[in-house]
Amino acid sequence: MKISVTVNGTVHENDVEPRTLLVHYVRETLGLTGTNIGCDTSSCGACSLHIGGEAVKSCTVLAVQADGAEVTTIEGMAVDGVMHPMQQAFMQNHGLQCGYCTPGMVMAATSLLKENPNPTEEEVRLGLEGNLCRCTGYHNIVKSVLACAAGE
Amino acid sequence: MTAIDDRPVGVLGSRLLRREDPALLTGEAKFTNDLHLPGALSLALARSPYAHARILSIDLTAALAAPGVVAAYTGAQLADLWAAPMPCAWPVTADMKNPPHYPVAIAKAAYVGDAVAVVLATSETAARDAVELIDVRYEPLAAVVGLEDALSDRVVIHEELGTNKSYQWDLKIEGHEGAIDEAFAGAAYTVKQRYIQQRLLPMAMEPRAVAAVPQPFGGDITLYSSTQVPHILKIMSAITLGIPEHQLRVTTPAVGGGFGSKLDVYAEELLCLALARKHKVPVRWNEERTENAVATIHGRGQIQDMEIAADADGRILAVRVRILGDMGAYLQLVTPGIPLLGAFLYAGVYDIPLYDFSCTSVFTTLTPTDAYRGAGRPEATYAIERAVDSLARQMGIDPMELRQRNFIRKEQFPYTAMTGLVYDSGDHLAAAQMAAELADYDGVRARQTAQNVPGATKLLGIGQASYFEMCGLAPSRVLASLNYSAGGWEAATVRVLPTNKIQVVTGTAPHGQGHETSWSMIVADKLGVSPDDVDVLHSDTAIAPLGLDTYGSRSLPVGGVAIAIACDKVIDKAKKIAAHQLEANEDDLEFAAGTFTVKGSPDKTMPLAAIAFAAFTAHDLPDGLEPNLEAHVTYDPPNFSWPFGTHICTVEVDVETGHVQVLQYVAVDDCGNQVNPLIVEGQVHGGVIQGLAQALFEEAVYDTEGNLKNASLAEYLVPAASDVPSLTLGHTVTPSPTNQLGVKGIGEAGTIGAAPAVINAIVDALSSLGVTDVVMPASPHTVWKTIQAATQGASK
Repeated sequence: MKISVTVNGTVHENDVEPRTLLVHYVRETLGLTGTNIGCDTSSCGACSLHIGGEAVKSCTVLAVQADGAEVTTIEGMAVDGVMHPMQQAFMQNHGLQCGYCTPGMVMAATSLLKENPNPTEEEVRLGLEGNLCRCTGYHNIVKSVLACAAGE
Repeated sequence: MTAIDDRPVGVLGSRLLRREDPALLTGEAKFTNDLHLPGALSLALARSPYAHARILSIDLTAALAAPGVVAAYTGAQLADLWAAPMPCAWPVTADMKNPPHYPVAIAKAAYVGDAVAVVLATSETAARDAVELIDVRYEPLAAVVGLEDALSDRVVIHEELGTNKSYQWDLKIEGHEGAIDEAFAGAAYTVKQRYIQQRLLPMAMEPRAVAAVPQPFGGDITLYSSTQVPHILKIMSAITLGIPEHQLRVTTPAVGGGFGSKLDVYAEELLCLALARKHKVPVRWNEERTENAVATIHGRGQIQDMEIAADADGRILAVRVRILGDMGAYLQLVTPGIPLLGAFLYAGVYDIPLYDFSCTSVFTTLTPTDAYRGAGRPEATYAIERAVDSLARQMGIDPMELRQRNFIRKEQFPYTAMTGLVYDSGDHLAAAQMAAELADYDGVRARQTAQNVPGATKLLGIGQASYFEMCGLAPSRVLASLNYSAGGWEAATVRVLPTNKIQVVTGTAPHGQGHETSWSMIVADKLGVSPDDVDVLHSDTAIAPLGLDTYGSRSLPVGGVAIAIACDKVIDKAKKIAAHQLEANEDDLEFAAGTFTVKGSPDKTMPLAAIAFAAFTAHDLPDGLEPNLEAHVTYDPPNFSWPFGTHICTVEVDVETGHVQVLQYVAVDDCGNQVNPLIVEGQVHGGVIQGLAQALFEEAVYDTEGNLKNASLAEYLVPAASDVPSLTLGHTVTPSPTNQLGVKGIGEAGTIGAAPAVINAIVDALSSLGVTDVVMPASPHTVWKTIQAATQGASK
């Protein structure tokens, strides 16, 4: 099927198999490998990206469902070579170690702050419960998101 | 005039942000699965659905006819590709039983997930689809799931061995045997408890991934793998496949966590190499998560029978330990050695004179076990710390007080334990006191007295665990005494480039630990340069040919120290050049902030930058000096490193539901001098949550047929942010006297302290109901059942 998807501001027109998942489309067809795959049960959130500014696990969406949509992947978060404030907050607060869950975590966290710009710690923890991290124990991830919300 | 110190003030010990982060935060970093390899074939494996079954026949016809399929093989068809069985590098005893283990099973499957056939196809999807078409006929055999059942030899899994027992390993100390029996017979108090270390799934967020890229005409082959151990993997792959070692390069792109699960030599790595050579094209394999749950090693898996004897004052006199270890179906790289890494630590942080340890390990029809964060040491710490709490309850004294009576005291260090090992340095009392203060220990006890009254439905508990960890693996001679097949050294090269930029080549293999940042700080401090001017190369055997990789909290106390020593050698050589050019005596030169100065003649100086360029041009070097400014070091540590600490957990248990709420978690860890506290804290955070997850959430659950019932992240409870608390950290600093940086490892400490602290807290909360033990994981259902059993027993 032919689809037209705007990814990180660029329009892409491709012919895809109907069963292609969005995560495979961005990784394999577009070569945007920053979106990672961590499970096969839509449990880990490593593949989170934005559709229309909202975080979505891209393993739960078919590429054809994104036809006509605006998609942002982790590669689209930095602007003019400057990292997004959430990316900067993760760096400042040591919110990542191995970095595998990180792109998904950043996408989920930015979406969370869009909905709730001043969350409590508990709201951050609940808001990120669909994204698993095995390295950080979440302490510094939560700290990063709160710092970003506070404009630090 | 004095030289201006333009080195960043106190770079060592600062919270320098990680240089690794921008690439990882922006998607620029490439993991193995991200590599673009034109023409690569994808490997997929048919895996046994039975825990134990004879393979009667395998029909590949339909799979071979499927779209995109290039080849398919049974284990028998691949047998001539292996020069040796898959490696186990730790034959712990001379008579250890080790069944031959090949990447693809030939006659029999011995666990659910054991590979029985493979497919190569032009895409991953085609390969996996074709696997579904392979027709394997099995004769199912009885599964062996329980460890005592395994030991009974009711069903012998590997018939050629005649038994399921792999080995018995004893730590017997001369003269202790009779004395221990006497100590137990005459003790005022004894504790005898059985603890279960449940199997855990490591669940690194990046599943494993492998790609082998051959050069059919040149003869070389490159293996990309998501591994913690590129160097060990290279040697072992060369031996197993008969590839000349010098023609094999192993390199790891970014690695998404390991926790021990990528410290191995796996079937899929060997298969990709062998099939890439056979087919003369790149072959790759990406692990799916549910596949990871059965095909990647598991952690823990022990039954621990723990006994301690104490005098009337609570002084612990003797420890007796009997372990029954679960090896799984086969011995992986270091499977049999894992219980031994804990064998020396069942006396914990205490000054205990008598010791008796024995471990028997058995095969089961389950996924092989191997190293998982802490590897043997969390198990040991759990047993002694649970037993000490039991002793305190029996004596009716506070466990904090009992611990303090038994701690090895600060002035006893370096302390030679009855096992013969020398603990380098420690101050357990200081760590315990800091933790008690941070946790408001006395305040919680007061609240507990008020809250835990008869009929209360929410009970408060506080639990402590003090730990000593032997890590920084390891002095090679000690490894020899344990029959480990490799050394414990680490290699480092420090090279000053002509423009005074520094290139470091390390044998460590980071996968989230931030070595590039930390190693640059060590070099910056030594050589008086900015960390930004230090490049750190690693994890590619073509660039860093020597190394023993990253596991066992070894990277800093072995690899980092190697770098510091290499810097010293660079300075020594630079001094010869400076002395020559300044026409001064070497002994009269001082090096500080990157510049040599002649003592008493502050205007006679030569900065490292000038020396680096002089070494490059080689126009005017001392006679016989080689024209370079670099040093290579292979450092074998004289001792383990011995980090320690105290963790205190406060919980509230809902008696009606069994739900455990962690109210506060305090971790005070001492890893000696800290190179980068930001990274130290991160290691503790992650480690604590992994230990807390063992205590509360995680277990590989098997049915009696040997099926893993929770083989996905939907069912296996890796905690999310909403499941765990924020952590309160403290640090004492007791430098190690055995290395020049005064450092100790910190990668596993959190995991070691956490599980006993959490369970001690839960038992403490429920002790007024008569509960003396809660098995892990302390799920609401388990806790509720435990409460019911205790209270029903009491009402009888």
